[in-house]
Amino acid sequence: MISTELVDISRLQFAMVALFHFLFVPLTLGMTFLLVIMESTYVVTGKQVYKDMTQFWGKLFGINFALGVTTGITMEFQFGTNWAYYSHYVGDVFGAPLAIEGLMAFFLESTFIGLFFFGWEKLSKIKHLMVTMLVALGSNLSALWILVANGWMNNPVGSDFSFVTMRMEMTDFWDVIFNPQAQAKFVHTVSAGYVTASAFVLGISSWYLLKRRDVEFAKRSFRIAAAFGFASAMSVIVLGDESGYTVGANQETKMAAIEAMWHTEPAPASFNLIAGIDEAKQKNDWAIEIPYVMGLIGTRSTTKVIPGIDEIKSRNYQRILSGEIAVRDLAILRANPHDTSVLTEFNQHKADLGFGLLLKKYTDDVSKATPDMVQKATDDTIPHVFPLFWTFRFMVGVGFGLLMLFVLALYASVRDNFMQKKWLLKWAVLFIPMPWLAVELGWFVAEYGRQPWTIYGVLPTYLSASTLTTTSVYGSILGFFLLYSGLFVVEMYLMVKFARQGPSSLHTGRYHGESGSGGALPAHAPAHRA
Amino acid sequence: MFEYSVLKLIWWLFVGVLLLGFAIMDGHDMGVGTLLPFVGRNDDERRVVINTVGPHWDGNQVWFILGGGAIFAAWPLVYATAFSGFYWAMLAVLWSLFFRPVGFDYRSKIESKTWRNTWDWGLFIGGFVPPLIFGVAFGNLLQGVPFYFDNDLRSFYTGSFWALLNPFALLAGLVSTSMITAHGANFLLIRTEGEVYRRSRAMSIFFSSLTIVLFALAGMWVMHGISGYVLTSGDLPDALPNPLDKTVVMQAGAWMHNFHTWPLTWLVPAAGFAGAVLSILFAMGNKPVLAFVSSATSMLGVIGTAGVAMFPFVMPSSSDPRSSMTVWDSVSSQTTLSLMFWATVIFLPLVIFYTSWAYKVMSGKVTLDFIKGHDHSAY
Repeated sequence: MISTELVDISRLQFAMVALFHFLFVPLTLGMTFLLVIMESTYVVTGKQVYKDMTQFWGKLFGINFALGVTTGITMEFQFGTNWAYYSHYVGDVFGAPLAIEGLMAFFLESTFIGLFFFGWEKLSKIKHLMVTMLVALGSNLSALWILVANGWMNNPVGSDFSFVTMRMEMTDFWDVIFNPQAQAKFVHTVSAGYVTASAFVLGISSWYLLKRRDVEFAKRSFRIAAAFGFASAMSVIVLGDESGYTVGANQETKMAAIEAMWHTEPAPASFNLIAGIDEAKQKNDWAIEIPYVMGLIGTRSTTKVIPGIDEIKSRNYQRILSGEIAVRDLAILRANPHDTSVLTEFNQHKADLGFGLLLKKYTDDVSKATPDMVQKATDDTIPHVFPLFWTFRFMVGVGFGLLMLFVLALYASVRDNFMQKKWLLKWAVLFIPMPWLAVELGWFVAEYGRQPWTIYGVLPTYLSASTLTTTSVYGSILGFFLLYSGLFVVEMYLMVKFARQGPSSLHTGRYHGESGSGGALPAHAPAHRA
Repeated sequence: MFEYSVLKLIWWLFVGVLLLGFAIMDGHDMGVGTLLPFVGRNDDERRVVINTVGPHWDGNQVWFILGGGAIFAAWPLVYATAFSGFYWAMLAVLWSLFFRPVGFDYRSKIESKTWRNTWDWGLFIGGFVPPLIFGVAFGNLLQGVPFYFDNDLRSFYTGSFWALLNPFALLAGLVSTSMITAHGANFLLIRTEGEVYRRSRAMSIFFSSLTIVLFALAGMWVMHGISGYVLTSGDLPDALPNPLDKTVVMQAGAWMHNFHTWPLTWLVPAAGFAGAVLSILFAMGNKPVLAFVSSATSMLGVIGTAGVAMFPFVMPSSSDPRSSMTVWDSVSSQTTLSLMFWATVIFLPLVIFYTSWAYKVMSGKVTLDFIKGHDHSAY
């Protein structure tokens, strides 16, 4: 038997390094696009301030990017070092998008990012702009491929189990790419990245405006961030809804848990805005419900029924019983691949193989599982409702808060009166960390909501981990914790230092606190009041 | 399109190409990192050294990432077994790599001697440790690694971390370190002048010479000191991959079989020596580009020698030889190998094309004048 402690701490380590990595990813995704917008404006108008903007925000982007790269390498190691059985079992499908990500996206992003920073004097304006565009393309393509891989974990299409090789194998790559789950996740995730970068630029610019320094520079940055942020926040929410719809089709379990829908309701189901959840008794003590909304989000219809937790469980109970036969047959086929009668039976039950494997947590010999074990495994198929229910709502709440901020910021940009609205500028400063909170919560919902599976319906998390000693994994958790803490302190120190310095860190002589500044930009004058 | 056995063979070659790409590209900036504290004696000189690879280290690092990703996709069982079995060695590689992105990007952002010195040694660790450990890993692959598969193909590593650090493996580690360092020195010859150039030239000559000695020593050791592995039954190239479906024995001198069977393969180790000799000559004659090409050729020879010696083995098991992984039985399905073949054939030339363009744009010597004039924009 595999130690559950080993599996739990392996999960802890993965959660830790993945969430830490994703502190740096969204800013990269969005900032590259903002840089493209700023630099395009420079190329079109020829105004120096837009070049300064590209270089200054590019500097902050670079500080963030370094840690994105650093923590990204960890992710590629994690599957092999700590999830070896997973890597063997699904590498044939899961490995391909990862390798293509390297070939198609990382090379593009990483080769051209060097030219973005070092090529200003070596490249023509147009060529440099192309370089910046290629960086943006590369970083967003990398998000595409990793979400194709992640989408497959949630909705394993285009693949089939082979008992000879004892793994899932790819049958149709196009199905894997055009997996609706992957597509919805991709747009939702990159849009969240755009929101993050917009909130970052908006907040820091607002801070300069509150301090009345580098005003022209900050105003222009504010406007671009407000417009881009508004469009992105709309897209996160609309496409988040799309992602809700695809979750509905492929992963009823996740949806039922997010909604604390203990029982199947007649269509269209109502949406629990908030509820008092009692996990032990599998019911809600109270709830504020909005009629019809759940059914509309989940099925895009008024007649389709969304299954509740009780119904999903009773279905899963049957699938586990069927999976038990598949596991038993698989053992026979491993010893004697030519037993055709067993093969026929195996093929009938193959779709439930993953459900049978859930029993491995309770017994090595699945064919001897007791009804009690089957019941326990069935209960396992529903992730904990309470944390999912609340993190999801918190994420959505933050999302709407951000949308509101961008609506007001955009409106004020159009009216050109945001300098007078101190409360709005303060709100923008305070909201700088909020997108990060939302994306981390979002990943929690997505990944925790998939439990007890690493590959939904195919491979239980319990079976996925490497056979390591717990000492090793505790040791590596400690190592990651110390190194990441150190790196985080250094990164924050530099980020804050350069954000405070503002565009004067470019040493052009045109900005706040620099001698001889103000010459190049007449409208810059208010900055000198300080 | 291709027969399964052909695809399997192609992927053995591709993994070799990717390893070589990693050694040539990421290798030269790792070599530069290793040499940084020694060829740069003051802050300006060190900034010269760092800025030679400043625009390129990140793109080069993708060769490493791609190597890992391609092994995951094409040899998932090898990826799973090697990464989990070599757990602490892999973490040591990973953690030392942490120092590179932040070292490059953060070092020159603050003008403090302690700060900059710390990151210089960080860049040294990031350049020195990974090639050393990869060499050690190859040394262990050549001897076989203690692991086995259970019937579900779950891998169990039965050795300890310290057992990886045996004498032969350490020698292999030094071969790798020395050839990568020589290669890095050759890159510095292309991109620097003056004192840094002079010191790099001495380093290049020294490490190329060391490579020749150590590679010869390792070769003798493989011929006479360690046992290779031989397939005795099963493992048909066209079969569905199942590593447990074969028998394997350990045999003294088995790693020489391929060289005896196909005498032309002697050209591979010969390239290892010839490249290093030429590298010395070209460094002495102040022909940096030719020296760089020569050290790349030498690495092709050294890495290729290990590949040819072990073929078709990839990761033999010393404790349960039938669990050994070969190019025939540890690979992905035909569909995936074929897909990845096309992805590689289409994208890799594109990558090489724009990487070359990036090097062309940034070509020319990094001078002290340039460094002093770019305090806030260069590294």
